[in-house]
Amino acid sequence: MPANRFNGFTNYGVGIGLRAPHYEHILTRKPVCDWFEIISENYMIDGGRPLHILDEILERYRVVQHGVSMYFGSAERPNREHLRRLKTLVQRTKTPWVSDHLCWGSVDGRYTHDLLPMPYTFEAARLTAQKIGEVRDFLEVPVVVENVSSYAEFHVSEMTEWEFLNEVVEQADCGILLDVNNIYVSSQNHNFDPFTYVNSVPAERVAQMHIAGHSKYRKYILDTHDHPVIDPVWKLYDRAIQRIGHTATLLEWDDRIPSFDEVHKEALKANKFLTSASLAAAV
Amino acid sequence: MKLLALQRRMARAVMAPLTQSERMRRFTRDGHPMARVAEQIIKPNDRLTSFERLEIYNRQYWFRVLDGFSEDFPGLRAVLGDRRFDAVAKAYLTDCPSHSFTMRNLGSRLESWLRKHPGHAGGRLELALDMVRLEWAEIEAFDGGAESALKPNELAGADPAKLHLRVQPYVHLLDLRYPVDDLLLAIKHETGTDVASNAFNERQKRKKVSAVARLKPAEVYLAVHRIDYFVYFRRLEREEFAILRALQKGRTLDGAIDLGFRSSAIPASERAARAAGWFQNWASLGWFVSEARPSQ
Repeated sequence: MPANRFNGFTNYGVGIGLRAPHYEHILTRKPVCDWFEIISENYMIDGGRPLHILDEILERYRVVQHGVSMYFGSAERPNREHLRRLKTLVQRTKTPWVSDHLCWGSVDGRYTHDLLPMPYTFEAARLTAQKIGEVRDFLEVPVVVENVSSYAEFHVSEMTEWEFLNEVVEQADCGILLDVNNIYVSSQNHNFDPFTYVNSVPAERVAQMHIAGHSKYRKYILDTHDHPVIDPVWKLYDRAIQRIGHTATLLEWDDRIPSFDEVHKEALKANKFLTSASLAAAV
Repeated sequence: MKLLALQRRMARAVMAPLTQSERMRRFTRDGHPMARVAEQIIKPNDRLTSFERLEIYNRQYWFRVLDGFSEDFPGLRAVLGDRRFDAVAKAYLTDCPSHSFTMRNLGSRLESWLRKHPGHAGGRLELALDMVRLEWAEIEAFDGGAESALKPNELAGADPAKLHLRVQPYVHLLDLRYPVDDLLLAIKHETGTDVASNAFNERQKRKKVSAVARLKPAEVYLAVHRIDYFVYFRRLEREEFAILRALQKGRTLDGAIDLGFRSSAIPASERAARAAGWFQNWASLGWFVSEARPSQ
């Protein structure tokens, strides 16, 4: 399922997140990298160095936008200023799709700047799907939603997380950014089988995958993006790729960021699984 | 429970201040047990209570916003000291939580908040306010908009009595009572080092404290601006500052120059030459926007 209407019919391979500590390396060494994912909010500004760097990157590389504060699941309407700035950036980067999280994080105009978990209710699914549609119509590019890591579950939930994800994407008719590290983290925190989640995702809607590392504490796991990907997450990724096929894959590394080469090398481990999936499909 | 009601209840808990030991408070602001609030909305699991699960988000929230705030205001930390700065950060962020989709704007209301809560500055209010204004101007100058710069031939034949020159949006003018620009540069120079020994840090801390203690009031006029995408501080003469500020406020070129030299000690015979020199500098820095428009 590599190219589909949710990723603008593209066939991207393995990319990494564009982060400031790597700017100089990328601009001077011009390493081969299939694509970069940017955090949209870092570039939704009027001018200055971040946009200048982005323009230089855009001259040489493919860039996809990933947001952290659209909060599709917040009960309030989308912030118009946010939408306006996001669209301006979409026009600048020509991103084939825009992703953000299936979560909430703001209420009554106050922002937590966190990815808070959804209550898995039919009401929440309906409101979230409406909002995704509204954002997509405004931006005029495919919008895909990412499953988040969570540390809490709500009494009011009426379904599992994967059922909620399916409900939202069906109602919104949108794509999925499947983060297998987030599935693993949540499975450990909430005692479910992560393979049940991966096997339940509508493969035809997956536009992109995320992989990342996390931190293990005594009683829970935190999604910290500051370590290499662990084996159980690679196994989950392998299973997902077997089901979905060769899919654009992105390694997130946001804290204690090592050299560009180290991050890229870790990301490229995904190629082993992508290649075998492609071979299996060919056979 | 409806989605909006649940989100309001959880957000109140998540954004509630932590205890001194950075744990979730046992009671809400209106006196309800936080454990009861958590139990009403969040399921426990075999390892964590509802309270403990909610606490993960409460702590994450504060660690994130306090980190962002600290990164934006290292100069204010130097002025106030660590203990007072931490108290300011917590009180400010409690009173003024983010209303923006970006953490960049966390400090946008700090100056007005500090004016309303002068006790937090501990006798250094003017110095603290100057530093806040400078650090906020630096944020604005870093990623502010830039338009095409005015070209010399665009002014040919323009009537100064009708000419409006627009200053670039990234140029921010500050009239300060303390030379906080020097202090902030010294702080940035110190923190830019890669040396990480405790002894070194302690020495640097003492140097920073003594630098703050030595700082005497001085009238400073400053432009915070950008060259090649890097932010710079440029000291201005009082008259330069007044002319630029008048232009920013929409005065004509003639009107701005008149205002700039009002009650100036510069002899009248020297003013034309001085103004010409300043305009030459500003234009070479690209501070004026192209498409100067005649007044209606």
